[in-house]
Amino acid sequence: MCSWPVPREPLRRVAVTGGTHGNEMSGIYLVRHWLRAPGEPQRPSFSATPVLANPAATAACRCYVGRDLNRTFTSAFLTATAHPGDPYEVTRAQELNRLVGPKDSGRAFAFILDLHNTTANMAACLFVDNAHDAFALHLCRHLQLQSPELPCRVFLSQVPGKESFHLDSIAKNGMTLELGPQPQGVLRADLFTRMRALVAAALDFIELFNQGTALPAFEMEAYRSLSFVDFPRTEAGDLAGTVHPQLQDRDFEPLRPGAPIFQMFSGEDVLYEGESTVHPVFINEAAYYEKGIAFFQTEKLTFSVPALPALAPTTTRGP
Amino acid sequence: MTSCHVAEDPIKKVAIFGGTHGNELTGVFLVKHWLENGAEIQRTGLEVKPFITNPRAVKKCTRYIDCDLNRVFDLENLGKKMSEDLPYEVRRAQEINHLFGPKDSEDSYDIIFDLHNTTSNMGCTLILEDSRNDFLIQMFHYIKTSLAPLPCYVYLIEHPSLKYATTRSVAKYPVGIEVGPQPQGVLRADILDQMRKMIKHALDFIHNFNEGKEFPPCTIEVYNIMEKVDYPRNESGEIAAIIHPTLQDQDWKPLHPGDPVFLTLDGKTIPLGGDCTVYPVFVNEAAYYEKKEAFAKTTKLTLNAKSIRSSLH
Repeated sequence: MCSWPVPREPLRRVAVTGGTHGNEMSGIYLVRHWLRAPGEPQRPSFSATPVLANPAATAACRCYVGRDLNRTFTSAFLTATAHPGDPYEVTRAQELNRLVGPKDSGRAFAFILDLHNTTANMAACLFVDNAHDAFALHLCRHLQLQSPELPCRVFLSQVPGKESFHLDSIAKNGMTLELGPQPQGVLRADLFTRMRALVAAALDFIELFNQGTALPAFEMEAYRSLSFVDFPRTEAGDLAGTVHPQLQDRDFEPLRPGAPIFQMFSGEDVLYEGESTVHPVFINEAAYYEKGIAFFQTEKLTFSVPALPALAPTTTRGP
Repeated sequence: MTSCHVAEDPIKKVAIFGGTHGNELTGVFLVKHWLENGAEIQRTGLEVKPFITNPRAVKKCTRYIDCDLNRVFDLENLGKKMSEDLPYEVRRAQEINHLFGPKDSEDSYDIIFDLHNTTSNMGCTLILEDSRNDFLIQMFHYIKTSLAPLPCYVYLIEHPSLKYATTRSVAKYPVGIEVGPQPQGVLRADILDQMRKMIKHALDFIHNFNEGKEFPPCTIEVYNIMEKVDYPRNESGEIAAIIHPTLQDQDWKPLHPGDPVFLTLDGKTIPLGGDCTVYPVFVNEAAYYEKKEAFAKTTKLTLNAKSIRSSLH
């Protein structure tokens, strides 16, 4: 379903977006810093554009003002006629689509890197569309090899048959970076430093590609969502328990049938009743309480990513 | 030998407040659970009332609607003429004062426990507003002893300008309970368990006291607030440096002059000035960015309490 194949010319227009959710502080501070000091995201063959994606939510230090911006980049929202009562984020999505899109057009930016934080203990996690997204997967591989001692996992986020609604989908290629754990509204130095290094390495990779570097094929391990699990709830819809202490902070670790997943306020445990081992992610993410999600169940898969051929030195257009 | 006792009236009415800040979820859900099933907080002869203080903020999972409820229990706000134009939290404060006060009157509740969370790594914390309150020092000593080896710290906010008009101050004995680290809008099982234990031991203490048990003189170590420290800011008022990684999560640990405090976005370290060792608390608390507080400096003190015993026995 990847509409844009591996790039055949250098990536000149690259955007780094932060504050898509206005209380995820690492990306907000990185983008704001670059808006004041634009030298850092420059590379010889291109200069990345920093974009504060949701300024109103950022000013209020909230996830969003009217609706989740990162669920608003479908063509239905992007092409809808403007109405005075539209949620702020619909208007802002259309602005961003004019600025770095338009989605599915030849004029769109070559790449968007969208920066997020999570309260879950996911360390660095890279969200790409699917296993055919060769350019983004080579970028993931590059980031993993930069600091092999630090976890940097890959998540395939595309739901088959469903249009992507994420911000990075309006560019020809893109990726979302999640980094945690960090509370909403808090900026931690350790995560800020890590995000800054990951973004710098991503821009270095694009530069490497633009310079005509070929990259070999490799085997990639990634996670793919199977389903999600809601919290136990009372009849009134309130929480009736919490994520079990044995599951809390264990993102990506195997969850086996019979293991505890929730602890009720009344004291008893709720066990995982699935038939196969899964890998839970986004465990106890603050922003997902309102979406009715305590965690996602994912499967781990391994697949081959083909070599990325070098750009021809004087590339204009492919044959 | 009864002359060295402080003989006090037995405790009759206790309230447990949750949701004073609507996104601090441990108190919200403990109180909601106890409203459904309160057996674990009942003690013979004692009225214990669980109560959600800021229901609108709880519903929106936000700290407050118009202003911080935990700063408006001063006589000026409580005495304002009721009107729809008042901030929601000021109107709510007057309702709470009506239900549990009036503040500084004979009719007020004896004890209010107000349950809070922080994003800072403060563990179990009890907040004391008056350093000469023998009854609360005895209670805090009991809670600390019962929780051991789990640490439990006492934060004293007795300061001419830094003490604030808390929701719990409606009661004769106000007790702040603060447990972290927990992100806003998240409920963690480990934090919930710790807060639940603090309340259990506090109620056991009250029960023992009401039963006539004598508590001999005791001492506790407390951390007394000195001053609040803001983030370094640029000309436009934006934060220009963040909590240094070596200070992050180091609440209650000694911070010496010259130790790193902030890291600028350009990578420079800003050290602690002055010439005295301090003990930082509320390091990188999410809710305090808007209050211009990166952390608070405290000093260690020892407080003594006389022996106490209920006057009925």
